[in-house]
Amino acid sequence: MIRTEGLSKVFDTRSGPFTAVESLSLQVNEGEVFGFLGPNGAGKTTTVRMLACLIAPTAGRAWVNNLEVGQDDTRIRGGLGILTESPGLYDRLSAERNLEIFAELYDAPDPQGQAEKYLRLLGLWDRRESDAGTLSKGMRQKLAIARALLHEPPVLFLDEPTSGLDPEAAKTVRDFIETLRGQGRTIFLCTHNLDEAERLCDRIGVFRQRLIAVDTPDALRRQLFGRQTVVHLARMDGAFAQAVRSLPFVQGVDVLDGADGGGKLVIGVQDPAAQNPEIVRVLAAQGAQIQFVNELRHSLESVYLSLLENDANGKERGA
Amino acid sequence: MKHIRTIFVKEWQDALRNKTVFYVVVLVPLFMVILPIVLLFLMARLPVSESDMAELGRALNNPMFAGMLPAEAMQSVLTSNMLVLFLMMPVMVPVTIASYSIVGEKAQRSLEPLLATPITTPELLLGKGLAAAIPGILTTWIAYGIFLVFAYFLSASPRVFSVFINPMWLVALFVLAPLLAIMAVNFGLIISSRVSDPRSAEQLGALVVLPLMLLFIGGLSGIIALNSMTFWVVAVLTMVADVALVVLAVKLFQRETILTRWK
Repeated sequence: MIRTEGLSKVFDTRSGPFTAVESLSLQVNEGEVFGFLGPNGAGKTTTVRMLACLIAPTAGRAWVNNLEVGQDDTRIRGGLGILTESPGLYDRLSAERNLEIFAELYDAPDPQGQAEKYLRLLGLWDRRESDAGTLSKGMRQKLAIARALLHEPPVLFLDEPTSGLDPEAAKTVRDFIETLRGQGRTIFLCTHNLDEAERLCDRIGVFRQRLIAVDTPDALRRQLFGRQTVVHLARMDGAFAQAVRSLPFVQGVDVLDGADGGGKLVIGVQDPAAQNPEIVRVLAAQGAQIQFVNELRHSLESVYLSLLENDANGKERGA
Repeated sequence: MKHIRTIFVKEWQDALRNKTVFYVVVLVPLFMVILPIVLLFLMARLPVSESDMAELGRALNNPMFAGMLPAEAMQSVLTSNMLVLFLMMPVMVPVTIASYSIVGEKAQRSLEPLLATPITTPELLLGKGLAAAIPGILTTWIAYGIFLVFAYFLSASPRVFSVFINPMWLVALFVLAPLLAIMAVNFGLIISSRVSDPRSAEQLGALVVLPLMLLFIGGLSGIIALNSMTFWVVAVLTMVADVALVVLAVKLFQRETILTRWK
């Protein structure tokens, strides 16, 4: 649905050429929610602008809806919806008029009907006659999302959809994105909000000028940290760690002492579902009082920061 | 065509809710049409002396005023010089609308979502250009119509009235005025690529009026003979300038340039 091959963008600046996007090769499948994560200035917006045919790539090729960027730009724009960083509404016009204008520009078959549909869906119908400039930030963002959907595009680009919203408004927007996913749309989501990416995205790409890693959040966790089982014990004894270490499949054991003599064993394993019973059996045989067993789940933030750090270290070594 | 109409209507709805634009579109033309009417009214009632006639100097050499009585000549010459006011309308109104239409979009950050629609650049520019130019041209013609009604009653004689519907006025208002409006729109578009504040764009846009002021001063002093040939020449020059400005405006109005360089 979205595919890029060596997509690059170099801007000519006063201080010389600036590479915003370097050789991006990526595929986003139909119906997938793809999270595009990266720090400020990483080139995420430039990438979206290239894919939305707003700026031309310096090198490489890209396809959206099976149409090639640079060859079929008007048709590509007609088949995608975009939520830009800033809502960019016509503040002096009503919410409804804002939508009708864009429905007409997107050649939606029933502009007024589509405007009404999305105003109702996003809870803005009662404010349809209000000037867009008088709406709250959350309402403006919802209106901008509605604007991106008027022509029922199969592909959506959402650039920081919940940025700057209060938790309630952010939740409404996130819930709505989940609804869109349920409709089978392909969504390219640029975000800084890692919890949001975790919750909404099937796969994520970590990007800083170039693609650092791309996979599902769980797969990236496994690649970076492996899998770890945590066993909570009522009483800690050195013999427990030793017994676990003696198991052939165990990749390492960390002992974390807790209060009241208790503690945790953090055990590196390859297949927790198959190997945890054996760990539990060995510990029980040693007389350990097991309180809980769970898998250590690193936050997406840890994954993201580690990937960026590894990338920076790699660049330093390369330099 | 549908996209052009959508942009045209949107621009007008937006402009009418913008007080600054509204005042320029309504009040400036109103002032500019009242001034020649008042002049016509006063000139019809004030006595004309020999020294007054001497002050008109070379302006009286214009064959348009040949054979007129002093009072008729005074009314005709002075009011004819007000023609330049009618030519300022198709410049001031479009430049103001065009400045707010493009720079205002930049300020509201609404240009990126707009450019992301399937609208083509010619459709966008034509929609915005027409929304700026047509009101300027219509305002001018309406103001001229109002002026003619008053002139019919206030002119000292039919000979004076005939001056205001002679070929010079008709060429100026029906040939030059639309060309000036096109020039103003394109000037507004070009300025928009360099500034990000609508007021600065409007102020810079007012520079388009300068050549008209030269024409006005030249005519007032008698250096430039104000006749239909002069306005035909000015119209041809304006048309050449229009072509050059359209090419330049389209060249500057590139989606990528707008999004990445227009600050």
